[in-house]
Amino acid sequence: MLAIIIIGVIVVLFLLYLIFAYNKLVRTRNQIDNAHSQIDVQLKRRYDLIPNLVETVKGYAAHEKSTFEAVTAARANAIQAQEGGSPAQQAQAENALSGTLKSLFAVAEQYPDLKANQNFLNLQEELTSTEDRIAYARQFYNDSVLGYNNRIQSFPSSILAGAFHFSKREYFEGDPEATGPVKVQF
Amino acid sequence: MGMYEQIARNKRRTFVMLAAFVLLIALVAVALGILFQAGIAIVPIAIVLAIALAWGSYFYSDKIALSASRAVPADGPEYRRYHNLVEGLIIAAGLPKPRLYVVDDPAPNAFATGRNPKHAALAVTTGLLQQMNRVELEGVLAHELSHVKNYDILVTTVAVTAVGAVALMADLGMRFLWFGGRAGRRDNNDSGPVGLILVILAFALLLLAPFAAQLMQFAMSRRRELLADASGVQLTRYPPGLISALEKLQADHAVVHHATRATAQMWIEQPLDRDQEKKGTKGSWLNRAFDTHPPLEERIAALKAM
Repeated sequence: MLAIIIIGVIVVLFLLYLIFAYNKLVRTRNQIDNAHSQIDVQLKRRYDLIPNLVETVKGYAAHEKSTFEAVTAARANAIQAQEGGSPAQQAQAENALSGTLKSLFAVAEQYPDLKANQNFLNLQEELTSTEDRIAYARQFYNDSVLGYNNRIQSFPSSILAGAFHFSKREYFEGDPEATGPVKVQF
Repeated sequence: MGMYEQIARNKRRTFVMLAAFVLLIALVAVALGILFQAGIAIVPIAIVLAIALAWGSYFYSDKIALSASRAVPADGPEYRRYHNLVEGLIIAAGLPKPRLYVVDDPAPNAFATGRNPKHAALAVTTGLLQQMNRVELEGVLAHELSHVKNYDILVTTVAVTAVGAVALMADLGMRFLWFGGRAGRRDNNDSGPVGLILVILAFALLLLAPFAAQLMQFAMSRRRELLADASGVQLTRYPPGLISALEKLQADHAVVHHATRATAQMWIEQPLDRDQEKKGTKGSWLNRAFDTHPPLEERIAALKAM
């Protein structure tokens, strides 16, 4: 009788562990998906800000045509890469876009009136913080992947992960320059 | 794992503190009951009152802390950067966005409050927003968000209100005792043992105030500030930001106007002036024993060692 009770308790505890561990795996996997969509949200926000920025700079420096065209082309390219490109292509397009934005701000530096324009300053602040957010979203994504991968690879949850096909996720690996937030001092 | 242990410990501490708080109120009630010949009947009333106060301090401590510091919501275009930085950091921390407040004060300082990340609030002084550049402000905000994430805010805000309430009651008790005691002496001068009990109880009440302060120190633990520095930097991945912010705080000797000893532990830097306390009038060694924060040099050195 006593043996049956002990076995029963062990079985119940084991089942509770399974339920708990399974739910935890599902939760962390969903967190990764959510973190991934966060990155896309912030990238989209950056694409939306860029036309406004270009328009504002154009108002003061209309003849810097080549710079505007480069930014616009890089933006279109990045949007395209995001919709259907591989992660490597996406990273490359994003880096190209960041590069053209840098030259746009370098152009803006030469126009004191523009630098004093409140609208331009607001856009610059928004763009800087969006770039911070992109970096932070990637950081959170990678942190989530780390926790998840640790869980599915370490014993005993690895058995459960194997049985229910929880597969390892890839880290986001950007350009070493692009992984940190772009710090702009002004 | 370290963080989850910290969260569990903070929740446990909050519970212990609230229980101690209810017990303390009950003891004060017993003392008052005997003192004013009201009998034991007042004890259940006091316990109900204490539980109501504990409940209130759990749900309303953030509002009390914010209004005690004269914090107002940070609305308006001039606070865009403040909002943007917090919105970035919460992505990295995986937290909901806290309510943001500003305290109109030239001394640079900041604090976080609330009972959990869903009901959290950050407040910064206008001095902080003016003196810190973007990276430094981000370091400070990351430190505050770490307090939110680690549930430090729960312990500190409940401590602020509970300790404040106990100190207030002890103070009131002392005042009543002073007047009541004198009246009692006039009425029945020769009530030998009762008079003795009154004196003993007076001392018991007198002892309550330092005990409340002890409770407060139990709750605050200076190590928590070092931990929040470390986990803040884990968010920004940029120690120089917070280091340079702390160095600016070190160079600044301004005192936050609406900070009191009770709310001191909430702020990122000790809001009261140490030098003033050292040459101060009352119990300076005691004041330093109750320093709420480790020295800034120590915190900067710890960050530089990372």
